[in-house]
Amino acid sequence: MATIPVVTSQVVSVEVNGTAYEREVEARRLLIHFLRDDLDLTGSHVGCDTGNCGACSVLLDGTLVKGCMLLALQADGATIETVEGLAEDEQLSPLQQAFSDHHALQCGYCTPGMLMSATALLRENPRPSDEEITRAIQGNICRCTGYWNIVTAVKAASGQEVTE
Amino acid sequence: MTETTTVADPVVVEEAEPKRGYAGQNVPRKEDRRLVQGEGVFFDDVKRHNMGYVHFVRSPYAHAKIRSVDVSKALEHPGVLGTLTGDEVALLTDPFFQISSPPGAHLKDYCLAVGKARFVGEPVAAVVATTRETARDASELVEVDYEPLTALTDARQALGDNAPVLHDEAGTNLTWEGVYEWGDLDQAFAEADRVVKISELHFDRFNSTPLECNGALVEFNRGTTQWTIITNNQFPGFAAIMMGPAMRVGIDKLRFVTQDIGGGFGNKITSHPQLVACCLLARKLNRPVQWTEWRTDFHLSMSHGNERWFQDTEVAVKDDGTLLGFRTTALDDAGAWLRYEPLGGVIWAQVTPGMYRWRNIRLDFKQVVTNKAPCSPNRGYSRMQHLWFTERVIDIVAHELGLDPVEVRKRNYIKAEEMPYETPNGCVYDSGDYAKMLDSALELVGYDELETRRAEAESRGVLLGLGIGSTLDSGTNNFGQSRLINPELQFSGNNEVATVKLDIFGEIVVTLGTTPQGQSHETTAAQVVADILGCSVDDINVRAGHDSYWNTYAGFSGTYASQFAVTGLGAVKGATDMLAVEMKKLASVVLGCAPEDIELADGFARMRENHEAALPFMALGAIINANNAGLPEDLDVTLNCRYVYRPPFQPPDVERKFGNLTLTYAAQVHAVVVEVDPETGVYEVVDYAAVDDCGVRINPQIVEGQVMGATAQALGAATHETFTYDEDGNLLTPNFYDYHVPHALDMPPLKTGNIESPSPFTSMGTKGMGEGGGAGIHAVCAALQDALRTRGNPIVYDSSNPYHRVWELLSNPESSRQRVSVEPS
Repeated sequence: MATIPVVTSQVVSVEVNGTAYEREVEARRLLIHFLRDDLDLTGSHVGCDTGNCGACSVLLDGTLVKGCMLLALQADGATIETVEGLAEDEQLSPLQQAFSDHHALQCGYCTPGMLMSATALLRENPRPSDEEITRAIQGNICRCTGYWNIVTAVKAASGQEVTE
Repeated sequence: MTETTTVADPVVVEEAEPKRGYAGQNVPRKEDRRLVQGEGVFFDDVKRHNMGYVHFVRSPYAHAKIRSVDVSKALEHPGVLGTLTGDEVALLTDPFFQISSPPGAHLKDYCLAVGKARFVGEPVAAVVATTRETARDASELVEVDYEPLTALTDARQALGDNAPVLHDEAGTNLTWEGVYEWGDLDQAFAEADRVVKISELHFDRFNSTPLECNGALVEFNRGTTQWTIITNNQFPGFAAIMMGPAMRVGIDKLRFVTQDIGGGFGNKITSHPQLVACCLLARKLNRPVQWTEWRTDFHLSMSHGNERWFQDTEVAVKDDGTLLGFRTTALDDAGAWLRYEPLGGVIWAQVTPGMYRWRNIRLDFKQVVTNKAPCSPNRGYSRMQHLWFTERVIDIVAHELGLDPVEVRKRNYIKAEEMPYETPNGCVYDSGDYAKMLDSALELVGYDELETRRAEAESRGVLLGLGIGSTLDSGTNNFGQSRLINPELQFSGNNEVATVKLDIFGEIVVTLGTTPQGQSHETTAAQVVADILGCSVDDINVRAGHDSYWNTYAGFSGTYASQFAVTGLGAVKGATDMLAVEMKKLASVVLGCAPEDIELADGFARMRENHEAALPFMALGAIINANNAGLPEDLDVTLNCRYVYRPPFQPPDVERKFGNLTLTYAAQVHAVVVEVDPETGVYEVVDYAAVDDCGVRINPQIVEGQVMGATAQALGAATHETFTYDEDGNLLTPNFYDYHVPHALDMPPLKTGNIESPSPFTSMGTKGMGEGGGAGIHAVCAALQDALRTRGNPIVYDSSNPYHRVWELLSNPESSRQRVSVEPS
């Protein structure tokens, strides 16, 4: 016979892509469900529920995290960046543009998480090698592309020459 | 609305015809701008006021009687909105239509288990609550009283005296069998110098695990009694045919809507049971309900690829490696239900001889049910298993006869000059040059240096091997092949729909019947339309996704089975050609000339001889839609054109199991070089080349993306991905921890190449592509066998070769060799 946990809730305040939000959420709610269901920021996706796929990757106070591996409560007071914040004034970021130019996405489901991992990489390492790019996206699963074009796109976005 | 249905005339496209316009160009994808900003709309992104969340209660047993289901405690839980049980389902619905002839026809398949559970993860009841979490919690309060039964997990034991029978209605686990025989087997074996016998080969169970799991948001309109199903089902035409009769409603009551889908690969065709449960709940609770499958639920229950055993194979071969024929028994494990099966029992026959010229073939296809997840289409569906078998046969025969697998392939490949080539079972391979593709692939992996590299590797204590996978991606099904499964079925041919209209401000609006999951239909459709109408690709608005209420919908609408470039673009071209004719006709009336005097260029309909006499598209759209007084009464122009593309098929001959089953045959030749550590069995792919031929390529970059994706999935299946069950029927790989898909670090260096053999049977010379034929799986198997030859010559007998299996081959090659013998004819 299953026992059902007592549900508690708490107020969470976050800033996401420059906008402040305050919501009362259940203590057990995952950050990714908070972003998607409570704040309606549906750009970040859920692909696995176990922290393997990285489709829910966001930046939390500048650090890359998987939104399904944190509770919303743990993000209280944090500044969060998601895929919706990458473009400025309708202008795609160089990384977003490179993903399109190099056909680094097909269905687009993993793309938001992939872009956040690559964004985090390029902030720390503006001219990464292929090896460094591959390691940086190791926590993001893509089932469509085989990753080759993604590595090319990240490299191109960093201003390095790429061969098609 | 103007509508035409015609059979497409075969158009012969000369290979030397120069490219023009957008076709053949790497036009940037129209889909990308929204997707890179997180602005795509996937089903789980859609919300409705007061919607409830569905969670399925699933069987923890592989095989068990259901004595009772008690939902009372769940219903008392705060936040729970309602439940659904098998007993209700048995009253409210009829069993799903079965494709199979008897005994498979007798299966009683409902959207929830009724009376018995037949695999771990089978939905037994459903709970709806105000949040995802509450629904999941409350599902644990549903009390199901099970009486566990013995589980059947090995197809080879399905017909034993002690095997439990899954479906009493069928009375046997052998739900479908078909014996296929073409040519003269006795003659072939009499002519042969040798007979190579292979006792058993095994194609493993896996699937493509799209990153987005299945799901839907379902609304019921009480006033019109219509359901709107916002879902990622990738074949709404099939879902409607399954769901309507089961729910006792006409299919017009079922509106399927999709925008973006997070990968499909065939695995999202058979979600109709869960969609029916959601429809029943939306009606019962009088509110929208939302179901998002969890990753573990997907692995446990959704669309596994067919597991297949090839038993008692005999190959008739000449000493020089000429292949005369083979006979084998294909034992196919369908899992617990026949949700799309037994179509796999005929779909393999689209590629009966693989790429080879053998004319005498006998295959006894036996499909059995087991206490595992139901099998349904998976990228390369059923052909991949058969092509793996033919490729394994080629390599085993070559090695056992002391011949070079490259030479055996070249000796037996169907030749370019024999195209179009009729196979022993009446399929027509449209075009291709397989030997040329092989040469190209070999060059890309440095075949000339192979022996030097092998020696160099040996000096490092490493075993190097080369393997080839040469496969076909048959596309555009003739659904008449279903009659070889069940002669009573009334399906044949194929179709797809597109509409193209010119609207009031000059907007060119295209709708498609397809349900793309990353295949870039918006982009390639726009390329075709822009070329015909003589305008910019940026001026073409292709509506994203699918809506079965758009009137862009036919019985076979959807995205599956490698066909968009033929059926989808065929429909787009047909509709656009119609629109172009109407635009010229209208312009000729306005400008006072003959329609033949008008050309469409640069966004204008203008007189060929006088470009000053020109009407912008906007004027044409405005005249017909909003300013049409005074037009001639007999002017038959709507500027809203619908075209149903229908390929030129005949129903196959059921008696002989003979006929053309698919329209086009894209080809793949992959070559791989592996290095194996002989101490551990750990291996690495060090070189990989994929050469593709899919006829005319509308957008080469998109085609190459499909080739890359199919390659990556094949490598995953070859090395790590497997749905392994224990003897009690528990799935051991129910998530991405245990089910290891390739990550970025797993990918080898890749070289791609292509040749272009236009199809003579399609309106633009295109061929369907995208599935590939699993060439990477076959190539890795071949490369491992080649690498291990000096270590006792083991036989690679399984499609899945994780390191431990390679280690077993190294440790005990004799064990695998017992599967093979060579005898004089």
